[in-house]
Amino acid sequence: MSSYDPHRVRADVPLLRRVIDGHPITYLDSASSSLTPRPVIEAMSRYYELRHANVHRGVYTTAEEATAAYEGARVAVGEFIHAAHPSEEIVFTKNTTEGFNLLVKSWGRANLRSDSVVVLTEMEHHANLVPWFQLREEVGFEIRYIPVGDDFRLDLSNLDALLDGASIVSFSAMSNVLGTKNPVERIAAAGHAAGALVAVDAAQSVAHSVTDVQSSDVDFMSFGAHKMMGPTGIGAFYAKRALLADMPPFLGGGGMIADVRLDGYTPAKGVERFEAGTPMIAEAVGMHAAVRYIENLGLAAIAEHERALTADALGRLRERFAGRVRVIGPSDVHDRGGVLSLDVDGIHPHDVAQVLDQHGVCVRPGHHCAKPLMRRFSLPATARASFGAYSLREDTDVLLDGLDHVIELFG
Amino acid sequence: MSNLEDLYREIILDHYRSPRNRGELECPPAHRIEGFNPLCGDEITVYVAADGATLSDIKISGHGCSISQSSASLMSAAVKGKPIADVRATIDTFKRLMTVHESNLDDEQEPEPVDLRALGELAALQGVVKFPVRIKCATLAWNTLAQGLDELSN
Repeated sequence: MSSYDPHRVRADVPLLRRVIDGHPITYLDSASSSLTPRPVIEAMSRYYELRHANVHRGVYTTAEEATAAYEGARVAVGEFIHAAHPSEEIVFTKNTTEGFNLLVKSWGRANLRSDSVVVLTEMEHHANLVPWFQLREEVGFEIRYIPVGDDFRLDLSNLDALLDGASIVSFSAMSNVLGTKNPVERIAAAGHAAGALVAVDAAQSVAHSVTDVQSSDVDFMSFGAHKMMGPTGIGAFYAKRALLADMPPFLGGGGMIADVRLDGYTPAKGVERFEAGTPMIAEAVGMHAAVRYIENLGLAAIAEHERALTADALGRLRERFAGRVRVIGPSDVHDRGGVLSLDVDGIHPHDVAQVLDQHGVCVRPGHHCAKPLMRRFSLPATARASFGAYSLREDTDVLLDGLDHVIELFG
Repeated sequence: MSNLEDLYREIILDHYRSPRNRGELECPPAHRIEGFNPLCGDEITVYVAADGATLSDIKISGHGCSISQSSASLMSAAVKGKPIADVRATIDTFKRLMTVHESNLDDEQEPEPVDLRALGELAALQGVVKFPVRIKCATLAWNTLAQGLDELSN
């Protein structure tokens, strides 16, 4: 672990050389989108310069190469999350949200009825709420929520009763607002014991700790590449092979068919059934490069680095601001990631973020697409700082100086 | 740092710290309109009362950032007791102030310049246009009031 050097990562990330209003950029918004290292950018450029062709169609050399690159990315992403059958259990999507739409509108529509029960949590991103609401309008099933306690963690004391009769439990591995890491294995085991399937939103966790869908026994998972140092425009949806085999198509069109006649169509088998139209080939190449990049850094080393940064920041926020800056999330680093949602002396997060911008500090103000969770804690919004593999203690120095300025101006 | 001072003028901070016309009006006879900024979660409720063709009273409640709150406060001070036709004209002028940098950049016709003197204290908000993301904060109360005037006249 001691060999982990964030400065080496920084040297790979061109955007970290930006200067904003005379200040070097202090990027603390990796929970929103992580910065892209040169190997990812170069892999995508090389693809466009040397190998670009449509996939699954041509028989000429570059078309074969593009298909091999695209399918190779699928295998790499599947292996990254320890899928049992990497080439058959990963569907490429546009982003995490599309993965949940696929789950709800394919599996959900085929399996849920008016007397079904879906279990979610109070800390979900809108991606894992709104698609369920949309299908509920059609089908009329019941949605139950695992509550969030005042310690900013899921209250699992009533879990078995909540899961009673449930068809599926769908929850985030890590909250994008609180930083709380949820006990995936425990909830998955309880879900399966109750006869429910288990879906996990891994958007926030996948680049910050090891993901193993087999050991944690997860049935479905969704995550996006751009929060794991990869490009925007691509994500991955994982489903166990046997479950995927029974799921109806999601989007229709070219590429997802076995046969089309004037009187109808027969969908393709396997992952192709869910990938209508020309896919994001260059982005898949970029996602593959991001997986390799993260694997080379080592997920355990990244997790340890971010844990140290988070512990340091939590301690210094407490000491320096003595209650004027409240962290909306667990106060220790046990089962917690590097996401710090701040309530700065009641000052509106837009104003906090605007002043921080003048210091070159990038944080995200807002409700973070988790409005039910914000209501749970009676907050309209927070200013969220979050760490990545390239973050430094010095980033926290600049953040804290900026917060002094915020309080001086508005306090 | 000059940019930040353009945005957070002293008048704006004053209206943020001591908002004018804060509160509620009994409905009816007053009219109540809610406005939301779904991107940032800001919520505002505007209460307007009309006496014939005059906007006789206005109160504002809700929460939001310094720009949305001070803009609402400045607006309430500017329109209270004014003829509704003048209020509509002020809304139009203010919204033009908030879009002036985006409109007609290469049209032959010059956009009609906004008369800052006619806006009085409201002109303090002109710095907001340099921060495009914040324009929605500044216009939230105004769009809500405009909706209320439309509903009043129906």
